[in-house]
Amino acid sequence: MTGRILAIALNTFREAIRNRILYLLLVFAVALILCAQTLSLLTVGSEEKIIKDFGLATIDLFGVLTAVLMGIGLVSREIERRTVYVLLAKPIHRAEFVLGKYAGLVLTLLVNTAIMALCFVLLLLAKGIFDPGILLAIALLFLQFLLITAIAVLFSCLSNPIVSCILTLALYAVGHLLWSFDLLRARLAAPWARALCAGLQRLLPDLAPFDVKGQVVHGIPLPPGTVAYAFVYLALYGGAVLALACAAFQRKEMQ
Amino acid sequence: MAVLTLEGVAKSYRTHLSLRKYWILKDLSFEVHPGEIFGFIGTNGAGKTTTIKLVLGLLFPDAGRIRLCGDDPSRPEARRRVGFLPENPYFHDYLTGWEFLDFHARLHGFRQPERRRRVGELLERVGLKNRADRALRLYSKGMLQRIGLAQALLHDPDVVILDEPMSGLDPIGRRDVRDLILELKRRGRTVFFSTHILSDTETICDRVGMLVRGRLAAIGSVEDLVRGDVGSWEVTLAWPGPGSPPVGEVLSRRDDRILLRIGSQADLHRLVGSLNGGGARLVAVTPARRSLEDLLVQEVRGSADAAGERRP
Repeated sequence: MTGRILAIALNTFREAIRNRILYLLLVFAVALILCAQTLSLLTVGSEEKIIKDFGLATIDLFGVLTAVLMGIGLVSREIERRTVYVLLAKPIHRAEFVLGKYAGLVLTLLVNTAIMALCFVLLLLAKGIFDPGILLAIALLFLQFLLITAIAVLFSCLSNPIVSCILTLALYAVGHLLWSFDLLRARLAAPWARALCAGLQRLLPDLAPFDVKGQVVHGIPLPPGTVAYAFVYLALYGGAVLALACAAFQRKEMQ
Repeated sequence: MAVLTLEGVAKSYRTHLSLRKYWILKDLSFEVHPGEIFGFIGTNGAGKTTTIKLVLGLLFPDAGRIRLCGDDPSRPEARRRVGFLPENPYFHDYLTGWEFLDFHARLHGFRQPERRRRVGELLERVGLKNRADRALRLYSKGMLQRIGLAQALLHDPDVVILDEPMSGLDPIGRRDVRDLILELKRRGRTVFFSTHILSDTETICDRVGMLVRGRLAAIGSVEDLVRGDVGSWEVTLAWPGPGSPPVGEVLSRRDDRILLRIGSQADLHRLVGSLNGGGARLVAVTPARRSLEDLLVQEVRGSADAAGERRP
């Protein structure tokens, strides 16, 4: 089973690294990270914070863009191009196909994030800055990319790339604003509306545990268990989303 | 035991926002036996590709039961000993020929060095060894068909399912595919293929299933399907005189020989009865059997008439 998932993952990775969009995103990301140096010259006294903030935000943005742009077509494009016929006619489970595609994109994101992180760390070292917290923040961002990819894969199993893109980006935005549901609930009078609000808050992805950019940039210590919580949340929520994707693909007709 | 069984299979689809069902297949039942070449023929849109997708578990039937190698096709175990070539091969065109076959060999669970050996062998067999490092997007239609056949045969399957394997190929390509199918049969493999190129079907198939508008219109050996269906006779006469025989359509005339087409047995008797002198004599009578194409055209027209459709 793992052999077949690995074969599909390696093929997906191969497809990604032969895709010009990936290189375009990567070049833009690296260029922006290097721009942080120029941007920091415009400020007085907080040069290090600007570089860190801008660099981490760039890695976040381009990591999410890569996850979304490549994830949304991961399954649907195979169906649309009909390349899926010959794969699913092989003795493989459909879940293996979905997990293989997911693993392939995870591998792509790992390489992508590693390159961006390397450029960023080299820039910081050139400025004489060394902060292990930066690496932790990037690692947590990477975990966030894994969750976004799982969501994109789910939508890719259910819908076309355009709808998948809109829904995934919407969930990404909502995932960073989930705290606002508490404020909304406090303002709601009807019990059913409050219950609905609480239900949605639990159902929608919470991306806050993966975002420690602010704390790292301002040198605020992270609460204990932050990393462990992010890992557990990713395993449970991401696992559930992938299980749903596999279930949706299991009965999908290859028209 | 049959390697493929369909019992009362039906399949429909709905267009977007439509509640109406469109039936692609209705009450389809047939079996494919081990070691035979089974041709699945029909016009475009008859439901051949849909049937193949159902057989491979790519689609699910609305009704009926399908067994592939004794198992439900949606289970991977059923497809373990099956090779498949889709219609108009759509493959990952960013891969080279070698990478493509290597990827598919991995899916079958082959490890190195077995994988390298099989990929090399298959590339040699389909005549693409020299193009193995070229990306598939640079392959011609014929080359894609050949690399597709190679991936279908990588694991030496017992059952080979080919969807329109000869469509779009030049005469040499078609002959290669035909020879390959016959070679598979010689090696005891079962071949199930769909086609609308009927001349090939007549020469290589042990049995044929004819699909017309989603229903199995006929099934059997080619001989059985066209047996006794003598549509006309071609009669060669020695005819020294100037005029023409009393019945039949003159197809050609050279020296004292006339080639006639006689449309009915009664006319044939009349013609033979009329040859009583004047040097005219019968040289040869050849019954012109109907071809599969004639039978298919008849079935399609019959089906259209039954559905009350106008024919061009």
